[in-house]
Amino acid sequence: MDRLSRSDVIFKIIAYLLISALVVIALYPLIYAFSASISGRAAYETGRVVFLPVDLDFQVYKILFARNGFWISYTNTLFYTVFGTIWSMFISTTGAYALSKRKLLMRRQLNFFVVFTMWFSAGMIPLYLNYMKMGVDTRWGIIVAFGVQAFNIILLRNYFESVPKEIEEAARIDGANEFQTFSRIYLPMSTAAIATVTLFYATSRWNGYFWASILLQSANEKPLQVFLRTEIMTYRTLIENMVIDNLTFSPDSYAYAILVCSIIPILIVYPYIQKYFARGVNLGGVKG
Amino acid sequence: MTRSAAFRRITSHLKTEWQLYVMLVPMIVWFVLWSYKPMTGLLIAFKNYRPIDGVLGSQFVGLYNFKQLITGTAYSTMFWGAFRNTFLISIYGLVFGFPVPIILALLLGEISHNFFRRFSQTILYLPHFLSEVTITGLVITLVYYGVDHTGILAKVFYDINFIEPGVKIIETAKYFRPMYIITGLWKEAGYNSIVYYAAIMGISPVLYEALRVDGGNKLQEIRYVTFPGMAPTLTIMLVIRIGGMLAVGYERIILLYNASTYSTADVISTFVYRVGLEGTYMSLAGAADFFNTLIGFILVIGANFISRKVSSTSLW
Repeated sequence: MDRLSRSDVIFKIIAYLLISALVVIALYPLIYAFSASISGRAAYETGRVVFLPVDLDFQVYKILFARNGFWISYTNTLFYTVFGTIWSMFISTTGAYALSKRKLLMRRQLNFFVVFTMWFSAGMIPLYLNYMKMGVDTRWGIIVAFGVQAFNIILLRNYFESVPKEIEEAARIDGANEFQTFSRIYLPMSTAAIATVTLFYATSRWNGYFWASILLQSANEKPLQVFLRTEIMTYRTLIENMVIDNLTFSPDSYAYAILVCSIIPILIVYPYIQKYFARGVNLGGVKG
Repeated sequence: MTRSAAFRRITSHLKTEWQLYVMLVPMIVWFVLWSYKPMTGLLIAFKNYRPIDGVLGSQFVGLYNFKQLITGTAYSTMFWGAFRNTFLISIYGLVFGFPVPIILALLLGEISHNFFRRFSQTILYLPHFLSEVTITGLVITLVYYGVDHTGILAKVFYDINFIEPGVKIIETAKYFRPMYIITGLWKEAGYNSIVYYAAIMGISPVLYEALRVDGGNKLQEIRYVTFPGMAPTLTIMLVIRIGGMLAVGYERIILLYNASTYSTADVISTFVYRVGLEGTYMSLAGAADFFNTLIGFILVIGANFISRKVSSTSLW
């Protein structure tokens, strides 16, 4: 790179500076939330916590972990995420595989049938009425009735289409039927796409809030996000009512602690899958 | 005779390939039950819905609900306010939300240090995967102002005199839209840059070389090579953005707004939510919902039509 002109150099410097600044902006709130959750009350409330924690105090996590609703909602969310993702992946991979085959009759129409749902949705009220009528106000209801997305199916379909025909033909000659070709050849060959879509489905399950908050009535079935929201709206009174003489941490620390707990699983899984999805997203270029 | 030949061909095709069709069944059933069947519920907009009668059994009232929305005394002011807000928030979302990821992709394309670039991308894509509840929770605590303390972000705004000290940001109508847009940028800008970054990487280096030989500088490079190279991606993304424009992120609004910011925050979907799900006036909410869906659909078709005319790229 000896032929960098002056404008190149200036542009590069600007790019490095801006990207560094943006990385800081993207990361800062998360680091701050963590630091604030384990800082002492006086330090936090007088604004001495800026980046790193001040006057370490882990008591807030003790209180949070002792809350019944926390563990119930955490396990509920794990349940919704694991089974919901399996369900969504089952429907999406089988459907996408069939759609990827040129020999499929009415292939165009079937593709349109899927893609149309991306652009036209019945709307909140009709969806709500349908969920109520079909009894989607239970654990299994939430798993079955949600989480399949046309975009992800198209993404998988495009990936399956890119698998070389020769491999499938070879499998056929060896006597593999359609189900075997799908599960033994296509699935193992599509790790990048499968990992990407699994990440998409799993995060949308982990993060799902709106319908769960409307449909689920029993406290035993509510997911983490619903618990989190209720606590965020009420924590000030909640913490002050817990008879603790001389509160050593700020009520805010409690809110930050729950936020941190909801983020951590994503932070753990994300780096492993990150290398796949940038490639995966671009396969989703929608064409009906 | 030809018909029976075709019929025979189809049956023999099905006989050998039935497994393929079996694999389609779960997906088709799912979409029918959870996407297509609810569409019949749109009828509620033309009914006087009573839960005991169900949608089909309720009395048909024609356009009564729509009249209530548009000119009725009780709801029309709120509805038109929501209509205006939907429009404004969508426009702001487009004006800021569309270019920022493109600029980000251009910048990322300049980072030649591999490790630093990959690290930055990892961090910049991350907020997309956090939940709306988490992010709005962060916003609410960061801009808090109360007797006990001031949230760190609010403090910064007060200190630089950007916002008058003591003003409660979360309860001030004029700050809602900037707050909504900035939160959205923080969450999605990095992630949305992926598509553009890929497009930039796909441009042949030969084109840059050629311009370089002709003595072009960086800005000319962007103007004459990078942008034309990204054009198909830009068009299709713009079509998608315009098509989905009215589908404002209502979840985030519901989580961020409150009674004192309804005047700038309330959009049609949140209006539907308050009137139909928090309240009980289902038919009126259904009419507003129908209205929203219809305009959204017209936008998708319109954007697609224009894109097909202009650039031969289209969604279907």
